[in-house]
Amino acid sequence: MLEIQNLQATVADKPILKGLSLTINAGEIHAIMGPNGAGKSTLGYTLGGRPGYEVTGGTATLDGTDLFELEPYERAAAGLFLGFQYPVEIPGVSFVQFLRESANAQRKARGEAPLSGGEFLKLAKEKAGLLRMDMDMLKRPVNVGFSGGEKKRAEMVQMGILDPKIAILDETDSGLDIDALRICGEGINAIMRKPDKAVLLITHYQRLLDYVKPDFVHVLAGGRIVRSGGPELALELEENGYEAVAA
Amino acid sequence: MSEALALPTRKDEAYRYADLAALETLWPLPVQDIRVGAGEQGALAMVLDGANDAAHDIAITLEDGAEYDLRLLNAGSAYGRIVVRVTLGKGAKFHLGAAQIAGGDQTVEIVTEVTHAEPDAVSSQVVRSVLGCHATGTYLGKVAVARGAIGTDGEQSIRAMLLDRTATANARPELEIYADDVKCAHGCAVGELDPQGLFYLAQRGLPPAVAKKLMLQAFIAEAFVGAADEEALTEAALKALEAVL
Repeated sequence: MLEIQNLQATVADKPILKGLSLTINAGEIHAIMGPNGAGKSTLGYTLGGRPGYEVTGGTATLDGTDLFELEPYERAAAGLFLGFQYPVEIPGVSFVQFLRESANAQRKARGEAPLSGGEFLKLAKEKAGLLRMDMDMLKRPVNVGFSGGEKKRAEMVQMGILDPKIAILDETDSGLDIDALRICGEGINAIMRKPDKAVLLITHYQRLLDYVKPDFVHVLAGGRIVRSGGPELALELEENGYEAVAA
Repeated sequence: MSEALALPTRKDEAYRYADLAALETLWPLPVQDIRVGAGEQGALAMVLDGANDAAHDIAITLEDGAEYDLRLLNAGSAYGRIVVRVTLGKGAKFHLGAAQIAGGDQTVEIVTEVTHAEPDAVSSQVVRSVLGCHATGTYLGKVAVARGAIGTDGEQSIRAMLLDRTATANARPELEIYADDVKCAHGCAVGELDPQGLFYLAQRGLPPAVAKKLMLQAFIAEAFVGAADEEALTEAALKALEAVL
């Protein structure tokens, strides 16, 4: 589904990704772990097309489509969802307005009919329920006044509504208490653990992987993947630290 | 308190960016006098979004402990000028939330003079301007703190967004302080939309034009948050916004 080959990217002219290759097939959940500054978040932003993250070499395709030929909003419509580590607050714009416009913009780009107000609200209510979120919260301005945990749950609700093919979740577990971690983990499973979908979890810690069991674990260090393995690799990292495992 | 009867010239600071030709047809401006009694509360929302030139002069006197909430939407007409003069008594509170939205060759301006005449009064002004094409948007705001008006808290937050390089924003927050122990802050910025916010919206599938519209909606929202008729003001602002995008 997602095929990354020899990806090189710079931020402010500084090379961050230095030849990263990774293949993620439909139905798989991958986790990328690694020390601070390894390039984990850069990978997500580069695939999403954030301005300032410049691709200097390599390729990335989603179901055969060259991602780097698409604008960020076209990548979203192609099925790429990025869960933000720090979701942005947008005062004066409700989640309902934002998500309905987003969902319908994606549907339009794919040549599908737009969702009516009623259809959208039904869908939003169902996905919010998965994350134990009240619909009243979705009537509030986007992320404004939300706690760290609420913002992350709201990201997962957005993922549920937008129904992507692949989700890259950047430190979704950071800033979560134990209950919110479990709710987010269960939400990811309910929404994304399907034969036609895939997930790339970017995380520092094993704890999210207790809820969302990865099929593959990769260690990212110095801008490339230095080791790959099964779920046991995450436990080994937790035990021995990055330095020992990545060396 | 009223504006001078003779038509002002550009040499007059308060008229430096005004559309004097338009002003001449409206001159002299009637003054709308508002007085709020001690401990009482008042509010006014003024929307200029008609097709005609318009100019208003509002004088507000707040007696001790009085509170006033003023919201302005200055958009739509070829020329829109709103002058607000406020005098605050002891412990009085004044809030201004204003949005100016203009495109084409429009000129919009808000001129304020807020006088803290007595101690412990609080004033806050939030002005957001969105200017496109050849429009000119101006905010001239003076906060004056009289001798002895200790414990004053005066704040001005002025921001403008230029949609085109041909648009002009003038912002001049001004402080005149004759008392010790006062807190006055002003922030003023002319800028572009937050690229991080734009990327967030794009990543959810919104094309650039829609993402921009939502970010501008968010920008203007700060002027009307907490207003009694927040919804109606926001709706009118969005209509004006769509006309300039």
